[in-house]
Amino acid sequence: MTTMTDPPQASFKLSMLLNDTRYRSYTFQFIALILLIAAIAYLGSNLAQNLREAGLNISYGFLGEPSNYDINQRLIEYDSRSSHWRAAVVGVLNTLLVAFLACVTATIIGVIAGVLRLSNNWLVRKLMAGYVEAFRNVPVLIWILIIYTVMTAVMPSPRDFRGDDADASMVLGSFAFTNRGVYTPKPLLEPMGWVVVGIFIASIIGMFAYRRYATKLLYDTGKLLPMGWPSLAILFVPAILSFFVLGRPISLEYPELGGFNFQGGIQVLGSLIALWFALAIYTGAFIAENVRAGIQAVSKGQTEAAAALGLRPRRIMNLVILPQALRIIIPPLISNYLNITKNSSLAIAVGYMDITGTLGGITLNQTGRAIEAVLLLMLFYLVISLSISAVMNVYNNAVRLKER
Amino acid sequence: MSDMHQHSVAYVRETMLPEAPPPAREQGIIKWMRENLFANVPNSILTIASIVVIYYILAASLPWLLNGIWNAESIRDCREILQGAAGGCFAVLTERWNQLLFGFQYPDDQYWRPLIAFLLLFVAIAPVMFFKYIPSQFLLFTALYPFLAYWLIWGGLILAPIVALVGFVVGYFVWGRLVQRSFATGFFGAVAAAVIVWWIGGLITAGMDPEQAMLVPVASRDMGGFMLNLILGTVCVSLSIPIGIALALGRQSSMPIIKWICVVFIEFIRGVPLITLLFVANVVLAYFFPPGTNFDLIIRVIIMITAFASAYIAEVIRGGLAALPTGQYEAADSLGLDYAQAMRLIILPQALKISIPGIVNVAVGLFKDTTLVSVISMFDLVGMIRGPILASTEWNGVYWELFGFAALLFFVVCYGISQYSQWLERELTTDHK
Repeated sequence: MTTMTDPPQASFKLSMLLNDTRYRSYTFQFIALILLIAAIAYLGSNLAQNLREAGLNISYGFLGEPSNYDINQRLIEYDSRSSHWRAAVVGVLNTLLVAFLACVTATIIGVIAGVLRLSNNWLVRKLMAGYVEAFRNVPVLIWILIIYTVMTAVMPSPRDFRGDDADASMVLGSFAFTNRGVYTPKPLLEPMGWVVVGIFIASIIGMFAYRRYATKLLYDTGKLLPMGWPSLAILFVPAILSFFVLGRPISLEYPELGGFNFQGGIQVLGSLIALWFALAIYTGAFIAENVRAGIQAVSKGQTEAAAALGLRPRRIMNLVILPQALRIIIPPLISNYLNITKNSSLAIAVGYMDITGTLGGITLNQTGRAIEAVLLLMLFYLVISLSISAVMNVYNNAVRLKER
Repeated sequence: MSDMHQHSVAYVRETMLPEAPPPAREQGIIKWMRENLFANVPNSILTIASIVVIYYILAASLPWLLNGIWNAESIRDCREILQGAAGGCFAVLTERWNQLLFGFQYPDDQYWRPLIAFLLLFVAIAPVMFFKYIPSQFLLFTALYPFLAYWLIWGGLILAPIVALVGFVVGYFVWGRLVQRSFATGFFGAVAAAVIVWWIGGLITAGMDPEQAMLVPVASRDMGGFMLNLILGTVCVSLSIPIGIALALGRQSSMPIIKWICVVFIEFIRGVPLITLLFVANVVLAYFFPPGTNFDLIIRVIIMITAFASAYIAEVIRGGLAALPTGQYEAADSLGLDYAQAMRLIILPQALKISIPGIVNVAVGLFKDTTLVSVISMFDLVGMIRGPILASTEWNGVYWELFGFAALLFFVVCYGISQYSQWLERELTTDHK
């Protein structure tokens, strides 16, 4: 009979730092840390020396100084006497505006194109495949420039709208497409107008409350309330009624030709439209592919099982296919939103004053504060990206298949 | 059979009827159209709408394409020839062809060099792309190609690429000798050997007279046109794949410090747009180099785009690593393989195979993104169009032809790559169908 004894406790030897798996990871991490610190120290000392030689220092004081430049599209008060910080905030708002518009439009285009790619109509299928391939395989910068060219070089100038037999005319009498941008009617709200807006918002909430109530009633008692027309009625009737009862407090201000340009209305810049539609159409092609893949990923057995249970086609789509497809579609959809936000920095190519155009463009060139400006710019995009990823993680956890 | 019915049945058919053809609406093109184009009312409306769309696209583009002018001196010439008719002014493409492809500063009499480098690119890349059909000896040329291409495009002393090559070869032999002892010894030994060779070679090259160069040296800032897009695309993708693998492995590592270095790098790069990284290359990066050194803009841009691409490739490969069943890792461990061997022989070949479509997607996206360098005033294809060509008095206003040409070039390359990746995916599937 043999007896097992513990192996003799080996005393620590220096070679164990490399050969013993218990200690080796510490050695490697220590080396990595030393290398990292050395690299940072080296780059930092280079930076310090270069800055000293150039007579510069790192300071964010320039943000408080007057900017001395104008921004052609501002959502908040801003003029050339405002600070650089204010200019950056205007830029941030412009970035968020174009990103929001492009996200909404890209989703609509992408969902329609993705569903049509699965149509049983051969011609539509091929047409949508052509759209997806054409837009996915050409750089978005080229699309932005092409649409910008349409907006600036092809559109008529405001001068062409003048006279009785003018070369150009306003669409529906209220929209003017010119090479200085698109002029649209502007809603004017009297004080009572805000009441109407408030009622409209309340009816949106009311509509969701009704739908939730109807679903609950269906699950509890099996009683099926109509969904379609009551939702529409709740949504529009109170707002329209209050609009007329309060004496039409909302009116539209139409753009009119005055002097060399259009006056009144809202001027939507050509650069904004170029960026908006190019990003929307380009990203829409990617979203179309995600939508198609998501719907195709739901196995055919699911449809057949639902049909065998006696569900009608629309309910199969709403209750069986879409909930499963959305779980696959939404994560790439959100990362496409992230791409839109990041690609909106291409605004600088067409002169749209987003954060890259103000802080990373004119402010940087005027003050020469390259390091500070670029750092702040990256920080802004990083904050947006990380918050969108955080939202995505929350969603992923919420819809994850609950297993065991 | 029986004659019982002989009087009750008036007529019995004794031969088979010949097969009747299916009804006209159930065969051939009519059936196909009924099923695929006019199945029901909404479907027919969609078909008609698509036909209208296609008609408008063709009506706008066909006369413009067919009526195009290929020989003219300027846009005014084009307009005179066209006399108000619809037609493209493609003469700008023929007249500025070299500028579009090579930029406006590359010496005229040296265009054959990038052209040969471009053609050889296909020879070099073929053994990698079609590795099942081309013997692996041809990979030797692939290994030589970067040095050859560098010498062809940038010119100068042939000694410089040769020294670089010798460094790699010496490093490879040292690695082969030392790797039996341990992976780390082999790796660091090879790096040390290569650095020594480069240092000695650098001293020799510095002593040579650059006037004796066989090929006229061309400065990096003279690169331009579509050539610049291709250079940036191929260089950055090929550099970023090994870095991406290293980052992905680092992110999977159980060592917290290494893991966090990789995580911070990847998430930071993926969180910011490429434009800001190009700004860094343009105006910030120079501050971090030792005082007195002066790197070309193109090298700074390559550094930043490579960092950008490697973060994305790392995420793709991490997906491939995560998709492998744990059993593969455990099997490698139970065979007694160490980390480097397990990765090299078991994990990475499978993980990389899974990640090929993702890597190709990143490569296509990156190639498209090389157009962004025009924003920091480098004259790539888009930069050439927006800058020197559209600003010239002869061609001011020829937008469609130029942007269409650029779009077409990128479409051909990117569509080709994505078709290749789909073919490769089919080729690599080992599961049963």
